[in-house]
Amino acid sequence: MLRFRIQYNKDTPLQYVGNLDLHKVWERYLRRARVPVAYTQGFHPQPKIQQAAPLPLGFLSQNDLIDVWVEADQWSEKDFLTQLQATQQPGIEILSVATIPLNSPSLPTLILSSLYHVILLDPVNITELYTRLAELLDRSSITRTRRNKTYDLRPLIEKIELTPLPEGCAALEMQLSAREGATGRPEEVLSELGFDPYAARYVRTGFIMKE
Amino acid sequence: MERNILLQRLERILPTVEKPGRYVGGELNQVLKDWNSVKTHVALAFPDIYDIGVPNLGLTILYNLLNERSDVLAERVYLPWVDMEAAMRQQDIPLYALESKTPVRQFDILGISLPYETLYTNVLNLLDLAKIPLRSRDRTIHDPLVIAGGHAVFNPEPIAPFFDAFVIGEGEEIIHEIVNTYQEWKQNHSSRQDLLAELVKIEGIYIPSFYEPEYNEDGTIRSIHRLHPNAPPQVKKRLVAQLPKPPTRFIVPSISVVHNRVSIEIMRGCTRGCRFCHAGMVTRPVRERSVDEIVSAVREALDATGFEEVALLSLSSSDYTHILDLVSRVSSETSDHYLTISLPSLRIESFSVELMEKLRGSRQGGFTLAPEAATERMRNIINKPISTRQLLDTAREIYSRGWTTIKLYFMIGHPSETIEDVQAIADLCKAVLEEGRKVIGKRATLHAGVSTFVPKPHTPFQWVACDTLEQIEAKQSLLKRELRGPGLKLTWNNPHETLMEAWLSRGDRRLADVVETAWRLGAKFDAWQDQFNFEIWRQAFAAHQLDPAFYTHRQRSEDEIFPWDHIFSGVRKAYLLSEYHASLAEKTQNDCRQGCFACGILPKYADLRRNNPGSHWKCPEVPRRTVKIPLEQPA
Repeated sequence: MLRFRIQYNKDTPLQYVGNLDLHKVWERYLRRARVPVAYTQGFHPQPKIQQAAPLPLGFLSQNDLIDVWVEADQWSEKDFLTQLQATQQPGIEILSVATIPLNSPSLPTLILSSLYHVILLDPVNITELYTRLAELLDRSSITRTRRNKTYDLRPLIEKIELTPLPEGCAALEMQLSAREGATGRPEEVLSELGFDPYAARYVRTGFIMKE
Repeated sequence: MERNILLQRLERILPTVEKPGRYVGGELNQVLKDWNSVKTHVALAFPDIYDIGVPNLGLTILYNLLNERSDVLAERVYLPWVDMEAAMRQQDIPLYALESKTPVRQFDILGISLPYETLYTNVLNLLDLAKIPLRSRDRTIHDPLVIAGGHAVFNPEPIAPFFDAFVIGEGEEIIHEIVNTYQEWKQNHSSRQDLLAELVKIEGIYIPSFYEPEYNEDGTIRSIHRLHPNAPPQVKKRLVAQLPKPPTRFIVPSISVVHNRVSIEIMRGCTRGCRFCHAGMVTRPVRERSVDEIVSAVREALDATGFEEVALLSLSSSDYTHILDLVSRVSSETSDHYLTISLPSLRIESFSVELMEKLRGSRQGGFTLAPEAATERMRNIINKPISTRQLLDTAREIYSRGWTTIKLYFMIGHPSETIEDVQAIADLCKAVLEEGRKVIGKRATLHAGVSTFVPKPHTPFQWVACDTLEQIEAKQSLLKRELRGPGLKLTWNNPHETLMEAWLSRGDRRLADVVETAWRLGAKFDAWQDQFNFEIWRQAFAAHQLDPAFYTHRQRSEDEIFPWDHIFSGVRKAYLLSEYHASLAEKTQNDCRQGCFACGILPKYADLRRNNPGSHWKCPEVPRRTVKIPLEQPA
């Protein structure tokens, strides 16, 4: 058996596809590409595929990662890449593949932080936004409630930068914690800054991972 | 609306609605053509949500056929769910096609699939969201040609005023004739009326505005007047002599829908002659695809989609001539994959269990059989003769081969059914479960799905009354009382929904006002239990001084002219009547593959068969004299 780590972009229109459905998209994609995906043992064998980190509905993603276990003893990264890229899947662009030792830790446990590029769809007052951002980052705790649970957003925010865009718009670059049980959500940050979280376009641009 | 404005508005509302993946298109195998590169733009609509519409095989066939033409593009349209509809109306977003996001009203032709009647209010909602006038007479040169096809339109009358034209029968050939006629008409820049006058020349096209029913005092039809010289007295359904190559490039939705699978139709039509079955009457004659064609279609479709399930579809799989060969070939073809192959509608016999074993499918889903009735008398009446012994033997075989659940489908409300016949359903279910207990003990379960019979047009039961609400409730409460306890599960239909289906099925043209009023009062998604509102329909009937019981509970006289008599399914009314008489005498009729009973198909389509010889068409050869049945006078 071999284990490959695939780096890919999730493009439009797959931002409207949730995690479970994306898993199915991958299964079918790999089947069409004639990749002999390994299956789990047991009464209900499932293809052995593992995504890096769940992505909220509506988000695009760049440099995303997925691990695939394959029933093969020898398969070069280059050949595997060629076979994937020869098969179409709207919304998925394969960037690179790497062979991973079978016993290396599972992909989700390696993720420390996620990077987001958030474009505000409505024009903003840039000066005011700078002030609001500075105030936000100045606070020692930001208590928020999500799904009836209260949590502190502040420690999950590692970095935020503001980029002015043409026509009075703006983008925010965020680095948010993505450890298990400590995942920062960019739409929560927007809400806290006083914006309608739906009036934004979200792209997760990458991960910061354990060495 | 400009496309980019529409897209901008969509981007803001999509994150706020449930399952936004329904509204964006862009799936694998969609066909997106340059709008200006083709002459004719066709929108193919299923009047329910994406989840239900995408797997529809009829529209898949038309989508592929039309997009194979270089002068045509076809795009898909589904209804938004209530949350998305509210957002679209609030943002003034018109209904659009998924591929190019072009508003539906900008298409040349809007074709709507109507496989069942409970979609009618959705049709009005669809037209309204598309900003197309609801009634044919109010449309202008700026509106698309609005047509419909599918099993429900064998009685098009309750929705007649909403359509410019109906397609009666199979669409594979006629769709091209419609498009060609449209293209010629468009070059001439003439009126919509001229277009209809050209379309009516195509066999299988029904132009409702060219006919006008006249009613008797009692509300029955006195006659149906033709208002146009070219309108035929009877519109004869279209059929294809040989099934064309099946579609294989299925749309692969990126979100889960009701059926996520490759569907290959192995055969069309059915020779069993179950008297309640609308599909079995209107899809005659039986035409089979060859094993080779099916196997290569399965292979092609799996390569093109990556789906994990294949369904081999027909009305009666066991009757496919080479079923064993087909099943062996398909299962060996797919032995390398973790695939499920489903084979619906199997006969109640142990051979069916062998077939299912060959498919090595998951036994989790249970094994489904449809005895439909539980007493010999009742099975003779509906012409589905199987013995109880045979059912119990098959059930024992199923449980002993590793399935733990058997699903049995029954219907209550068959003509002349008594409460004893319903009691027999409960007894039979318990007897089947008992067989399972003998083999695998308490792991055995039984699921009884009991629906309520709705008399359908163009069937031998088109004359009979549907059960009343009180009768249905009495029968259902008996079953609910009897079929409880460990290992038993019962599902049934809401009786109010059954009644709605009943009046829409055999309704006349006066019902169109009721349908429109019901929609204006808020009726939509009538096929969804949580959306259906019986009270609205009661009000709509009252508003037009019509009585639903006239349509549902009235036993028709044998000489009554039906609202659908000018639509000809190929099966003669006289034949249906003789079958009705046979049911009254509790006489069964054999499978007509063994010998022709002169339903009408052979003489009516004699030329078609002569010009397309071959064994795919399964009507038996008949001596010349038998074919010469006196042709029926059209209504």
